[in-house]
Amino acid sequence: MSVLVDEKIKVVVQGITGRDGSFHAKGMKEYGTKVVAGVTPGKGGMEVDGIPVFNSVAEAVEATGADVSNIYVPAPFAADAIYEAYDAGVKLIVCITEGVPAADMTRVYDFLKGKDCRLIGPNCPGIISPGKAKVGIMPGAIHMPGPVGLVSRSGTLTYEVVAQLTGASIGQSTCVGMGGDPVVGTGFIDMLKLFEGDPETKAAVLIGEIGGNDEELAAKFIADEMSKPVVAFVTGHMAPPGKRMGHAGAIIAGGSGTAAEKVAAFEAAGVPVAKIPSEIPALVRAALNGTGK
Amino acid sequence: MKVHEHQAKEVFASFGIPVPRERVAVSAGEAVDIADDLGYPVVLKAQVLVGGRGKAGGVKVVKDPDSAREAASAILGMEIKGLPVRKILVSEAVDIAQEIYAGVILDREKKLPVVMVSAAGGVEIEELAAKSPELIFKAHFDPMMGMLPYEARKVAFRLGLEPKTALAVGRILEQLCRVFMEADASLAEINPLVVTGDGRVIAVDAKLNVDDNALFRRKDFAKIRDEEERGTAEAMARDAGLSYVKLDGNVGCVVNGAGLAMATMDLVKHFGGEPANFLDIGGSSSPDKVIAAMQIITQDPNVRAILFNIFGGITRCDDVAQGIAAALKETGVSLPIVVRLTGTNEEAAREILAKVQGVTPAESMDGAVKQAIKLAGGSS
Repeated sequence: MSVLVDEKIKVVVQGITGRDGSFHAKGMKEYGTKVVAGVTPGKGGMEVDGIPVFNSVAEAVEATGADVSNIYVPAPFAADAIYEAYDAGVKLIVCITEGVPAADMTRVYDFLKGKDCRLIGPNCPGIISPGKAKVGIMPGAIHMPGPVGLVSRSGTLTYEVVAQLTGASIGQSTCVGMGGDPVVGTGFIDMLKLFEGDPETKAAVLIGEIGGNDEELAAKFIADEMSKPVVAFVTGHMAPPGKRMGHAGAIIAGGSGTAAEKVAAFEAAGVPVAKIPSEIPALVRAALNGTGK
Repeated sequence: MKVHEHQAKEVFASFGIPVPRERVAVSAGEAVDIADDLGYPVVLKAQVLVGGRGKAGGVKVVKDPDSAREAASAILGMEIKGLPVRKILVSEAVDIAQEIYAGVILDREKKLPVVMVSAAGGVEIEELAAKSPELIFKAHFDPMMGMLPYEARKVAFRLGLEPKTALAVGRILEQLCRVFMEADASLAEINPLVVTGDGRVIAVDAKLNVDDNALFRRKDFAKIRDEEERGTAEAMARDAGLSYVKLDGNVGCVVNGAGLAMATMDLVKHFGGEPANFLDIGGSSSPDKVIAAMQIITQDPNVRAILFNIFGGITRCDDVAQGIAAALKETGVSLPIVVRLTGTNEEAAREILAKVQGVTPAESMDGAVKQAIKLAGGSS
């Protein structure tokens, strides 16, 4: 078991003929993911690395039975690509695209609410269940299968933490980068619920950052609803207020959303917080051995 | 990005929101001409992209040309929180019977836009929210439909105004919500929204922050930003496809990815150093981006050492290494450099850097950070 993705999923890559789309379609195939189709409007009939390209997601789904979409289209067209994937019946949409306007995402989020379709991202590295499948851009080789579920707002910081876990021989069940924007399809609590219900996941790691109050809500959820141990890490202690730190969502606004507040929320919820990334493996090991929380 | 008050009001006015008669001046003489034209008294307001200008003396009411000239010269010579005042808004003074707060933001928790209003206008909303949250009324609205007229009226009627005034406020709220969605705003705020003695409702001050991600379709705002920031390190970084925020320390940081860049700054602090900046070179990094990053960082005279922390995924370590080698050759930077590269093509990167003088390799993130702090002159 793992959550959301496994060896059975069939992936359609939207924007497959672009630089990023073609590069990562190949990378996913090499990792063992079944990449069955690509979509670029106007380029139907082409092939990319042996993957057939269609003019629409609907055609791709009809011809190949794809059930997961992975989006690389440029930001101005990302919202449209998400609506198209939903309309074609895809159940999981992973949108990698960075720089999507918040107004577009607010509408997309509202549209998908209550529907049988999950969106991960945008502005994210994607999702991987090590040894089974990856949908996204993370380097597969740093992962190893195991009992830890990981959810993060970031990309390369997630890789850093995964590499340290793997270096300590602690494998992962599923790792999700949920994206660094103010509005993303899947949040910490959605993932924590899935980890709680997944028999293979024994502990979870949550990597948060400044901006918003998702971490505070997650801390409350962990305290109230979770039986499995969670280890947290929060970054952005040095960020000055009012400045956007790369990610559109990483901004301390009106004095709230600081790293210190988030750390305090986790500590109040009894969640161990790593001060620096290299402390994470030891805290996770303690959690797995039942000597943590 | 933030835009100036006068620019925000131009946008608001184009949506039918009433604003005072006013124009922008760049010299004291021009300010007096505008004031003469509008008729006294007028308000002179410094146009700077930072709050607290009133307390800093950047807002003055004047009653005649001589005091207008004097006040305008004083304000144009000011710096407010480090920002020089280059423009003054000369605005008709309105007769204030009541001050209302009205603002629209994205509620990140509900993931819906929300309009907030209060009859206790004129103070900062954060202050009001902390002291008397019960005086703030909120209404979320559907991002597809926008705020409907009846919804706007409903929230306006909670303010306890005269019915005619409440209806006027409702119309303004409806338009403010339209501005928020159509201008791709992250904040659209009127504070104060003034009810005058004769019952008119006017936006006396305005704030508009625009979503940076939407500037591709908001060319008018992108132009404003470019003019505002011309020549700054932030603008240089943006032109090169980088994201840069200056801090006050001495360890320059070059990192790929925003989360890792923040974590690297935090780690510098954790081990007793002070980071000089946040700098994210982004995903697919060409050698050119690395050269630009080095140029931006070395413009900061406080920097004593440069730390590269690169986790190669899409970013190829050999690209970054080539960039470092080329930048050292081109710029003649003599600062010590610590490089930690791991992931895609790291072997090739090591070979490139082994031939470059002045570069200290590091294996781990912790080790690299400690080494950089040491080379910057120890903990500060």
